[in-house]
Amino acid sequence: MGTEKSQAAGAPATKRQFRIWRGDETGGDLKEYLVEAKEGEVVLDIIHRLQSTEAPDLACRWNCKAGKCGSCSVEINGKPKLACMTRMSTFTEDETISVTPLRTFPIVRDLVTDVSFNYEKARETPAFAPPPGVAPGDYRMQQVDVERSQEFRKCIECFLCQTVCHVIRDHEENKPAFSGPRYFIRAAELDMHPLDARDDRKEYAQAEQGLGYCNITKCCTEVCPEHIKITDNGIIPMKERVVDRKYDPLVWLGNKIFRRGQVPQTSVTSEHSPGAVRTPAAGPPGFHSHAGASHDPQAEAQAQAGVNWHREVPKPTAPTLDESGKLPLTELTFDRPAAPSPFGEDVTFPLPPEHLNYAHPEQDKH
Amino acid sequence: MTTTTRIERHHYDVVVIGAGGAGLRAAIEARLAGKKTAIISKSLFGKAHTVMAEGGAAAAMGNVNSRDSWQVHFRDTMRGGKFLNNFRMAELHAKESPQRIWELETYGALFDRTKDGKISQRNFGGHEYPRLAHVGDRTGLELIRTLQQKIVSLQQEDQREHGSYDARIRVFSETTITELLLDGDRVAGAFGYYRESGEFILFEAPAVVLATGGVGRSYKVTSNSWEYTGDGHALALRAGATLINMEFLQFHPTGMVWPPSVKGILVTESVRGDGGILKNSEGKRFMFDYVPDVFRKQYADSAAEADRWYEDPDNNRRPPELLPRDEVARAINSEVKAGRGTPAGGVYLDIASRLPAEEIRRRLPSMYHQFKELADVDITQEPMEVGPTCHYVMGGVEVDPDSGAAFGHVRGLFAAGEVSGGMHGSNRLGGNSLSDLLVFGKRAGGHAASYADGLASRPRVPVPAVETAVETALAPLQRDTGESPYVLQQDLQAVMGDLVGIIRREGELVDALARLGELRERVAKVSAVGGRRYNPGWHLALDLRNMLVVSECTAKAALERRESRGGHTREDHPTMDPAWRRVNQVCSLEGDIVHLDRKPLPRMRPELFALFDRAELAKYLTDEELAEFDALTEEER
Repeated sequence: MGTEKSQAAGAPATKRQFRIWRGDETGGDLKEYLVEAKEGEVVLDIIHRLQSTEAPDLACRWNCKAGKCGSCSVEINGKPKLACMTRMSTFTEDETISVTPLRTFPIVRDLVTDVSFNYEKARETPAFAPPPGVAPGDYRMQQVDVERSQEFRKCIECFLCQTVCHVIRDHEENKPAFSGPRYFIRAAELDMHPLDARDDRKEYAQAEQGLGYCNITKCCTEVCPEHIKITDNGIIPMKERVVDRKYDPLVWLGNKIFRRGQVPQTSVTSEHSPGAVRTPAAGPPGFHSHAGASHDPQAEAQAQAGVNWHREVPKPTAPTLDESGKLPLTELTFDRPAAPSPFGEDVTFPLPPEHLNYAHPEQDKH
Repeated sequence: MTTTTRIERHHYDVVVIGAGGAGLRAAIEARLAGKKTAIISKSLFGKAHTVMAEGGAAAAMGNVNSRDSWQVHFRDTMRGGKFLNNFRMAELHAKESPQRIWELETYGALFDRTKDGKISQRNFGGHEYPRLAHVGDRTGLELIRTLQQKIVSLQQEDQREHGSYDARIRVFSETTITELLLDGDRVAGAFGYYRESGEFILFEAPAVVLATGGVGRSYKVTSNSWEYTGDGHALALRAGATLINMEFLQFHPTGMVWPPSVKGILVTESVRGDGGILKNSEGKRFMFDYVPDVFRKQYADSAAEADRWYEDPDNNRRPPELLPRDEVARAINSEVKAGRGTPAGGVYLDIASRLPAEEIRRRLPSMYHQFKELADVDITQEPMEVGPTCHYVMGGVEVDPDSGAAFGHVRGLFAAGEVSGGMHGSNRLGGNSLSDLLVFGKRAGGHAASYADGLASRPRVPVPAVETAVETALAPLQRDTGESPYVLQQDLQAVMGDLVGIIRREGELVDALARLGELRERVAKVSAVGGRRYNPGWHLALDLRNMLVVSECTAKAALERRESRGGHTREDHPTMDPAWRRVNQVCSLEGDIVHLDRKPLPRMRPELFALFDRAELAKYLTDEELAEFDALTEEER
């Protein structure tokens, strides 16, 4: 708040040059402001000072001012950032600081954009499906198993990943078919949720959310204020598993043998060998077991009862093609000359036998 | 006025004002009861202040210590609130919070786990057993996201069934309600505006649930967001409902006051527990001057002894920095008022000179990172500037404990969460807020739905009331002679922060009331420049009158309560008075004037009284009440 006595702690206030976009959907431009900046302030403090002095109607969203709510997303010198987390001390004294609204979304006024795109995509993403027959209070999950989803649940929905994503940033036409990084990690979160009852999250992401449009440039990860590894831990595993499930005969066999959530206790569980199946795709391809360590009584019971031979095997589907009718190429933007390993870069073969969760169908039948 | 004909109108069974934890839980319940439900969110969906809650949600699930039970939780809550709590609310809260937490898991929440796969629970101040369900230090975010996603899943059901996501539950984001509309004494609807367009919107609904949170923006230093302008408190007052316990505000003694980027943000008590000391601008470790006589036995009187305590707590007395919160806050307050504060109006909290940098980073990782990232302050190198920060309001709408229905002379109005009063008495325990939201959000939503069901005829929105609401809302834009809303807010914050802050004195409170009276006249003439589209100056101008009336309630109630209890400290009446424990102060509005009444506290049921030791009760109860208690226990023998 501008005129308080908080001006203190030695260093005198300096005037800093700001260029802030003012306008609405009919047009607007960058307006110059020479505004006082005090030691220890962030860009949002400066915007508040402008509001309380020469620009009382300057529109800007904000809430917590502590990097926890994700409201004050703007583009500062062209980079999508939270205004409350961008310290003035990161700029040089003579630097002109430009603040513009998120480019990917329609403008409402000044720094406020219409972010309803994101809420629409949220509504299209299938919700958590509770496991049938498990009463509230009976949910059992291991910490190591929930941690993977918890990483994605740190998301504060600032939509910086959405605004920076090339697929929609300058391609309005892609918006209907593309949900964006925020909702890919939502799908990944549910996919990795130990008790989620749906098992088609990856296929859904591919078929309905436009996962195939993503060419892994990792811009989303770069702007994430929560430091969520959106690409490495969310998108790539989702892409790989889709590919695996579609084409890998071993996966087909695995799917024949165990239904998801039915791997018997004798196989690898994260409890017994931490780290074994925690890294995405480090387990056998297309196969990620939660129930082994989850103590979900129902899944246990099913696993004891034996193999479900009626499991629906996902049908192979055609890969997503780009507008030119070709497979999307990622090599150009990738840091090595070939396609990334579908098993994750941190997996070396052969895998140690105790990390394989293949279990002999006959032996397990008893 | 012709504008009324062009106002966007919506018909709902239940309108929930507020989209934090309590509001979303209420809306879910109303929708599950089959009611057409609207959620009004002042900011974007999922940004409410609930995200700021870090510690966890208290529920006696007994996952970590199986001896925990609702009775123990109830006892802790009553103790924390210094027995001023509405006992029935504390009872319902303690009994129902485990179910409410487990329910969240069926919505997809992922809490941290125990070794055997249950929800992990952590220790927290005032709770006898580890009780707080948590997700690292972002429990509030998990809670709001889970409820948000549950609402989406209900909308998906409606989409499948009715072809529209919005068929039975709709979120109106960035929409502010400025007025409740009444048909006689019955709620008939709510009037407000879209922030984005500035267009007005009218909801016709027989039942309204208030879940608007707190009032912290009336204070200079606060951990609260801009939304916390006491809207629900003020709407309730203007609709004829009453507020209780408005004198009780929770201040944390050590919030950051400098740099501005982190002003108000809490510095956890463990900084002091790990060796941090408080110094004034002269470099003096001043807390030794502020040890009250009753604490002399437990607290060191020399720096040498205090410093030995960290290593050898059995043979040394505690450092005075670890006195109870209100004592520390009082001391900081006195130093600042005596002119020995920092330029920003706080004192120094120094851990940098006390522990090696490596050790600080190891013991206080989140504090270190928070200040490094948000403010570029390295707490291993320099002292922090801290002072009391406004955190939570215990007072709020006086409600029926079981249904959340507001008292006073209005029907169809419900309240849940921080905006309701009574549950936390004079002081809230950490972790009880998140569970409060869920327990009473569900109750308020459910009872609002059955109230709407039970109505023989739907109330009608009177046209003149809408016209008045339109005029009131447009007035600041049409005036160009008044003061800036930002200046008025700063002045209000100064009055409340300086005169109705953490330590109160009769003279200052009288002064505050006079100044608030002046402010009322200035706020009535506030003017906002610019148009109606997303104009924050206009929005603030409209929020000001809410902040003002709520501040008046706080100042009046604080002046009247001549004792110190929980979140109300009177320097001129420093002790707790059992006679005052039996009294709730009830605020109502007569015209523009806040009226204060006294009302006896509901009498706790005997079996609940029996949960406490006589020795403990003796600290709180009057002799008369103790005699009754003795008679009861006689009978049982």
